[in-house]
Amino acid sequence: MTYYVAFDLGLAGLLIAIAASTICARAAFVSLVLFMIYGLLLAIVWVRLSAVDVALTETAIGGGVTGMLLLGAAARLRATKASAAEAGLSFRLAAGALCLLVSVALGVVVFSLPDVPPTLAPIAKENLALSGLGNPVAGVLFVYRALDTLLEKVVLLLALVGVWSLAQDQAWGGIPGFRVYAQPNSILVFLAQVLPPIGIMVGIYMFWAGANHPGGAFQGGTVLAAMWLLVMMARLRDVPAINALWVRQLLVVGPGAFLAIGLLGFVFADSFLAYPPDHAKPLIIIAEATLTLSIGVTLALLVAGPPERMPQQ
Amino acid sequence: MTSATLFGYCGAVLVGLGLFGLITNPEILRKIVAFNVLGSGVFLLFGVIARRGAAAGLGADPVPQALVITGIVVAFSATAMAVALLVRFNKETGQVTMSSDDPSNAGK
Repeated sequence: MTYYVAFDLGLAGLLIAIAASTICARAAFVSLVLFMIYGLLLAIVWVRLSAVDVALTETAIGGGVTGMLLLGAAARLRATKASAAEAGLSFRLAAGALCLLVSVALGVVVFSLPDVPPTLAPIAKENLALSGLGNPVAGVLFVYRALDTLLEKVVLLLALVGVWSLAQDQAWGGIPGFRVYAQPNSILVFLAQVLPPIGIMVGIYMFWAGANHPGGAFQGGTVLAAMWLLVMMARLRDVPAINALWVRQLLVVGPGAFLAIGLLGFVFADSFLAYPPDHAKPLIIIAEATLTLSIGVTLALLVAGPPERMPQQ
Repeated sequence: MTSATLFGYCGAVLVGLGLFGLITNPEILRKIVAFNVLGSGVFLLFGVIARRGAAAGLGADPVPQALVITGIVVAFSATAMAVALLVRFNKETGQVTMSSDDPSNAGK
């Protein structure tokens, strides 16, 4: 056990050190690279907290897609120098005191958590078998709190609509500006040819295994998005115009199928997003499979950003 | 002290660090990063609640875990939206910082 204690102490110290340097680093680029390392370390913390589903999500999003999105933004802003002066010392001290107060208050809350912790685990486990799922987190996401999951996918779509709406008028319906990333070199092209077959298999496996083991639609979809982004960065395939019909169809097929299954619940079960007991698992698999595709396309297009140029005729 | 409590304190520190960066750094991109650190600290507090709720043979309560997964996705959506706003803001004004000062005085 002492090994675990030492490991946890080291991990916590490292996490806080990396977070502090992310906040305090002078150069934006350094800060972003540290932030990606921070995301990966945080994933290890989630494993230590026995939350492997969250660890996978944190790796895919915190360490991966968010980092890429922020690096793309830093590249776009490279030409501009920060114009505002750094905040003054007294202001920083006041802010530091305030933040210390917030941290201490939260620490006190953690210290005074009830001795007998409230838990919904037994109830979650009790009815899980009815859904045919073996992973309790997937059970919460797709059965008990399916409405949250449906709305979360709608939030992703709304964010994409928001990002696209920031396009300039003449570029509307055009191709996202994706040229800020490195010119493709032979290593990038080689990796973009070798990795996607493996990555696509991993993505599909993560979605499939998600029913009974850690994983699921979101983690699998993120891997698919990463593979597509890699291919587009290496310019093996063009970035599609955002008004292409197949792009729009792929974006809505997942939330659409999930919503349709939810509405069928009114007819074949007793309420919205309820599944008929005999067919729960196949319906959940259909919803998850289509969501995996839609999530992959949505995440990749969120990273690609608003359209910037029209397709060449 | 259990490892869950240790990471709970860790989450509390991360919230403070993220809040500090959000308040003090004038660059908008750095504010977005700091906001993500703040958010991850809050998620970690959820993780501690989940770990403490381990029961029925599960390593952690699945309900807070599912909430955190949803939260991470929504935080990413908000980050993508914020980044797009920042890039457009930069295109319109040529600035990367937010300052209450008159832009003509900035940098002095």
